[in-house]
Amino acid sequence: MDGEAQRATASWENGTLAPVDRLRFERADSPTPGLVEGTEPGAGQKSAMFVHAQSFEDLTAEAEGEAQREALLEKSETDGAEELEVLNIASESKSKEEDVSSEAWRSHRKHVFVLSEAGKPIYTRYGTEEALSSTMGVMMALVSFVEAEKNIIRSIHADGCKVVFLTKSPLVLVGVSRTCQSDKEMLRELQYIYYQIVSLLTLTQLNHIFQHKQNYDLRRLLAGSEYLTDNLLHRLDRDPGLLLSAVTCLPLASSARDVVSASLQAAKAKSLVFSILLAGDRLVTLVRKKDQFLHHIDLHLVFNLVGSSSSFREGEGWTPICLPKFNTAGFFHAHISYLEPASSLCLILVSTDREDFFNMSNCKQRFLERLSKRSAYQALKEALKCPSYSVAQVGIPELRHFLYKSKSSGLYTSPEFPVVYQSDEEQERLMGLYQELHSHLHHPTRPLRSFYRCSKTENLLAWVTSGFELYLCFSPLGTKALAVAAANKLMKWIRKEEDRLFILSPLTY
Amino acid sequence: MGETLPRVPKGAKLRSDTWSRPVRTLRVKMVLLGSSGVGKSSLALRFGKDEFRTASPTVGCAYLTRVVHLSDVTLRFEIWDTAGQEKYHSVTPLYYRGAHAALLVYDLCKRETFIRAQVWLKELEKHYIPGSTVIWLVGNKGDLAQDRQVSVQEGQALANDRGLSFTETSALSGDQVSELLQAIAHRVYECIGAQQGGLSEWQETPLVDLHRKGTFNPFASCCKVGP
Ligand SMILES: Nc1nc2c(ncn2[C@@H]2O[C@H](COP(=O)(O)OP(=O)(O)O)[C@@H](O)[C@H]2O)c(=O)[nH]1
Ligand SMILES: [Mg+2]
Repeated sequence: MDGEAQRATASWENGTLAPVDRLRFERADSPTPGLVEGTEPGAGQKSAMFVHAQSFEDLTAEAEGEAQREALLEKSETDGAEELEVLNIASESKSKEEDVSSEAWRSHRKHVFVLSEAGKPIYTRYGTEEALSSTMGVMMALVSFVEAEKNIIRSIHADGCKVVFLTKSPLVLVGVSRTCQSDKEMLRELQYIYYQIVSLLTLTQLNHIFQHKQNYDLRRLLAGSEYLTDNLLHRLDRDPGLLLSAVTCLPLASSARDVVSASLQAAKAKSLVFSILLAGDRLVTLVRKKDQFLHHIDLHLVFNLVGSSSSFREGEGWTPICLPKFNTAGFFHAHISYLEPASSLCLILVSTDREDFFNMSNCKQRFLERLSKRSAYQALKEALKCPSYSVAQVGIPELRHFLYKSKSSGLYTSPEFPVVYQSDEEQERLMGLYQELHSHLHHPTRPLRSFYRCSKTENLLAWVTSGFELYLCFSPLGTKALAVAAANKLMKWIRKEEDRLFILSPLTY
Repeated sequence: MGETLPRVPKGAKLRSDTWSRPVRTLRVKMVLLGSSGVGKSSLALRFGKDEFRTASPTVGCAYLTRVVHLSDVTLRFEIWDTAGQEKYHSVTPLYYRGAHAALLVYDLCKRETFIRAQVWLKELEKHYIPGSTVIWLVGNKGDLAQDRQVSVQEGQALANDRGLSFTETSALSGDQVSELLQAIAHRVYECIGAQQGGLSEWQETPLVDLHRKGTFNPFASCCKVGP
C-alpha cells in the first residue's frame, strides 16, 4: 500500500521455520510445509465438513463446466408467478434514495451493479436502479460491444478506479472500486452476489424468465430481498470467512460440542439433509446426510439470510432456499428457528420436501428435548457469553491479530480485533490488508507460499501450505525473524486449543 | 399441509394452560395473505404474543400458534404468516389450501394493497370449497386513518358483496386485534367446527411414531438428493 513497503519472500524451505520435533501420533505438533493435508490443526478427524481445499479457486474459476448434480429436488415452479401479474406494484420506496449525480454517490469506495443481458437494471448498491438505468445501459453496451468481437470484457482500469465485469448469463455483474483490490478479489465478491440472487430464485427460474421475456424487470421478484444483497456486500468488507472461503466456530469444549452434535444427529428425518446450529455468525455444529457436503458459499448464504432477518425471531420460519453450489436448479426448504426467544442460538434444518414443515418442527423439538436434559446445554449457553477470544491469550506480545484456516475442514479461527483496530474504518483497513496478502498467495500465475511486508502501521506475514493458510498482523516495530518465530509459536497454541476452536469430529446422519 | 400431515408437536410458542381441562382442543389452520408491508407479521405477533415490534420482511413463511378458549371448546390456531412477495407466490397455495380461516390483509393507507387483496381473493376463490373456509377482510393500520386511501364503506361493501367478514385493525395500537381473533374463533367454530370432519382434534403426543427405531433406512433416501 505505501511505496516503502518492503516485501520479501521468506524461504520456509530452508528449514528456518520447520521444527525439529516429529509427528505426535499422526498429527503434527507444529505443522511443517510438508505436512500432509488433513493433519493440520483444526483438521476434522473423520472427513471434511465442507468441500475440499481449492475452495477459493473453485469460486473464481469459470466453474460453469461443473456437472450439475442430478438432485431430485423439485424444480422451481416458474409459472407460478403469472397468476398474480395483474398488478405491477412498485417496490416499496427504498431508503437508498441518493442523488446519483452527486459527488457523494461517486465517491463510494465500491459500487456493485447487477443488470440483465438486455441492460435492464436489477440491483445497485447505492442509489436507485431507476436513476441508473442509462448508466447500466452503457455498461451493457460495453459488454456487448466486446462480445461481438468474440471477446470478453474483464476489467477496465482508469483514473484510480477499477471496473470489473462478470458475465453469468442471464445476469451481468459490474463492480466499480476505488480500493486497491485485485481483479480476482473483486470477481470473487461479484460471484457471491450472483449466488445470492440465484439462491433466492434458482438459476432454472432465472433462465426461464429471461428466455420468455428478455426485457423482464427482475426487481419485481427480488422486491423485499434487496437487503440480503446489501448485507452480503457489507459482510464482504468485514467478514474474514468470506475472504478465506471458510467459516468460524463458537469456541466450545469438545465434550460439550460432541453432545450437541450427537443430539442433532439423533433428531433426524428422511428428508433432512443438513442440520446447522449457529450462535450468531458462528457455527456451533453441522450434521449432514452421509455423502452430502455443504459448500462454504452456500453456508455463508445461509448465515447471511439468518443474520439479516429478524423475522425468524417470531415463531418458526419455513422458506424455500436454493443452495447454488449444491444445485442451482431446485429449492431446498429451510426450517429456521431460535432455540429460545432471546437466545442467539439458531437452528436451521434443511429439507428436500416443501411439505415437511411439521416433520422439521418435530425434529427441532426432539433435539431441544434431548439437549436440555444434558449438562452440555448449560456449557453451550455459558460459551455464548464469550463467543470470541483475545489475542493476548496466545501470549505473543507483538502479535496483534491473525487469521488461521484449516484447509481440510474449511474452518478458520481468529481473535477479536485489538484496541488499535477498534473503529470500523480501521477494521476494514486491516481486512483490506489481509485481502492483499490473500491475493498474493492466490495469484493466478505466480502464487506465493509466503509473504512478509513492513509498513509504518503494521507488519504482516502470510503463509500457505497444503494444509493451512495463516495471516498474521504484528506491531510495526518487530522484525521478520520475530514474526517467523511468532508464527511457529502461534501454530503450537492453535494445536493446543484446536479441540475448542474447531469441530474435530463432525457427524453425519 | 393441514390434516394429512403427522400430528403436530407441542409448539414451543404454545401458551398452553398447565392445568388440564376437560374440553376438547381443535386445530384451526389460519393463513394471512396480502401485499408485503401491510402488517401481516405484526398482526400475527399481536395474535401470538400481544406485542408489537418492527421486524425485517418475512422470509418465506412464518408459523406460530395461539390458543383461544371458547366456552365449550379450545381452539389451537396454527397461524401461517406468508411473505406476500411475488417470488414466493408459487409456494403460497401450500398455506391457504385446507385453511379454515384466511385473512386478507390490506393497508388502508395504500389503495394498491386493497386491490391486491382482491387479487388474492380471486385466487382463494379458485380453490374455495364453500363452507370450508372463513375469509376475513382486514384493513390494517387503522391508527393512520388520517392518511386513509380506502374508506370503511369501501371495505365493508367489498366484504358484503363477496360474503366476507370485515374488520379494521391496528397492529400498532392493538385496537380490534384480540376482538378480531375472538370473532374468527367463534365464526370458525360455528361454521366449520360443527361439520362432520370439519376440525380435527389436537393431541399433545406427537413423538410416538416418529421415535420408532429402524422404520427407515437413512441410505434409502440418499438418492433423493445425491449427486
Ligand atoms: N402505523 C402502523 N404501522 C404498522 C401497523 N402494522 C404494521 N405496521 C408497520 O408496517 C410495516 C410492515 O409490517 P409487517 O408486519 O412486516 O408487514 P407484512 O409484510 O405484511 O408482514 C412495519 O414497519 C410495521 O411496523 C399498524 O397497525 N400501524
Ligand atoms: Mg411479514
